[in-house]
Amino acid sequence: MTYVAPGAPPVASAEPPVTDNPLAGLRRLASRIITLCWVELRKVRHDRTELYTRAIQPALWLLIYGETFTHIHAIPTPRGIPYLAYLAPGILAQSALFIAVFYGIQIIWERDAGVLTKLMVTPTPRSALITGKAFAAGVRSLVQGIVVVIIAAILGVALTDNPLKLIGAAIIVVLGSAFFSCLSMSIAGIALARDRLMGIAQAITMPLFFSSSALYPIKVMPGWLQVISRINPLSYEVEALRGLLIGTPADMPLDIVVLVVWTLASIIAASLLLSRLANR
Amino acid sequence: MTAGTTQAARPDAGAQPDAVRCEELSYSFGTHTAVDHVSLEIRPGEMYGLLGPNGAGKTTTIRMLTTLLKPAAGTVSVFGVDAVAHPMRVRRMIGYVPQLLSADANLTGQENVELFARLFDVPRRDRAELVAATLGAMGLTEAASRLAGTYSGGMIRRLELAQALVNAPRLLVLDEPTVGLDPIARGDVWEYITRLRQEHQMTVLMTTHYMDEADAYCDRVSLMHHGVIRTTGRPAELRASLGDGATLDDVFRHYTGGTLDNAPEEGGIRDVRRARRTARRLG
Repeated sequence: MTYVAPGAPPVASAEPPVTDNPLAGLRRLASRIITLCWVELRKVRHDRTELYTRAIQPALWLLIYGETFTHIHAIPTPRGIPYLAYLAPGILAQSALFIAVFYGIQIIWERDAGVLTKLMVTPTPRSALITGKAFAAGVRSLVQGIVVVIIAAILGVALTDNPLKLIGAAIIVVLGSAFFSCLSMSIAGIALARDRLMGIAQAITMPLFFSSSALYPIKVMPGWLQVISRINPLSYEVEALRGLLIGTPADMPLDIVVLVVWTLASIIAASLLLSRLANR
Repeated sequence: MTAGTTQAARPDAGAQPDAVRCEELSYSFGTHTAVDHVSLEIRPGEMYGLLGPNGAGKTTTIRMLTTLLKPAAGTVSVFGVDAVAHPMRVRRMIGYVPQLLSADANLTGQENVELFARLFDVPRRDRAELVAATLGAMGLTEAASRLAGTYSGGMIRRLELAQALVNAPRLLVLDEPTVGLDPIARGDVWEYITRLRQEHQMTVLMTTHYMDEADAYCDRVSLMHHGVIRTTGRPAELRASLGDGATLDDVFRHYTGGTLDNAPEEGGIRDVRRARRTARRLG
């Protein structure tokens, strides 16, 4: 029995060994990420209304926008794929984006509530707090993604039934959400106030969405928008999801490299800005 | 000997280094000097109070010693470990209850404590038992499976104590532990803190602007004003030095020329906003 009474000063020799080697650091990082995802899932379990209300928007996009544009054949799709099927992965990426981009507001709220400060006084690296949040955004987006896939299936969209491709799509959704949540948390570290961040998040969400290939192929865009679209990470997320879910051509290695690089860069940026956020 | 344990070499330190040792600690926000060459030592097992009005620099001092802020100048160490050089080691020794009510309202009491058990690497096989025992020690067993959002202010403070204690910290840092609580909840929280100290000989550092609480519970106090420590001593000695019938409030007035009641301008809108927010969450 190794039980230590709460508050009992630990014997010096019983203190956890101080390990600064990279392997222990990695293990701690992984353990912290799992813990913070666990917390996020508990919260989702306690309040499911968010899941239902968040399902409304993608459902409307697929039902109203998707059905209408399928009938008017306004948007050219590759190899005669029905527009609704072409749209479904785009809406999947969009709903993940909408969840992730407001994570900065959540972290400011946690700062205001004192939760963040207290987490930062635990032996948890800043990068683990950010990565944990980023993966948590991914987990929430995945739950959301399942709802989108179900709605799409009800509307008669035949997405892939290959389990490996579904797992691949899940990884892409998590990566995309991780990037956009870290982008949002980085902006939080600059904007510092909730209302300011709210404005910025709303100002970037729609341009990100409309300048991506979520609704229409890049090749129908005007030249200047095509340039923006090729910088926009959401385009790469959508292309990878389409490739995996409906089998359209996709440069999968490029998509994954772009998403991974952007995600790592945004994790570093958000981690560096976290102290600035916490001390305001 | 590593840089982090040099304190132990001081001839007068004996076998055990100070629980907290600040030397010439300073920090500025822009042109405003929040903490101005603060030096203090807290002995192991001591209950130490940092007193002063809003904006005196108490919270900024605490933020430096809890590794949240890097000191602009000076050093701070916890049990001989330098907080700047070894922040992770210092965090492992600290249980911290911030000024704001910081329990997560969207998690149950039990989950709030389990989160901290995980973040402090409590082994899985001990976790459930330790979480239950800590909640029990804070009188929260009945409420453990309810969302913290349904707790009263006093219960949330006890839950935060449980979160801070699950790591068996050597140093408990309480920033305004009773701010915003009604008198009954305040007494309640103090009863738990006192019992913890008696049972575990923990070192406690607290800030407060309630002089009566400091007088009743602290072994030693430092009076802080405009970022400077004006005097340090046992509450009874400080009172006696001013003559019969003096209160700690009188002592404070004597050393600062001000009162605690009129919060100085540098308390600022942010402090007030925070206090209000805390008060609001307490209902």
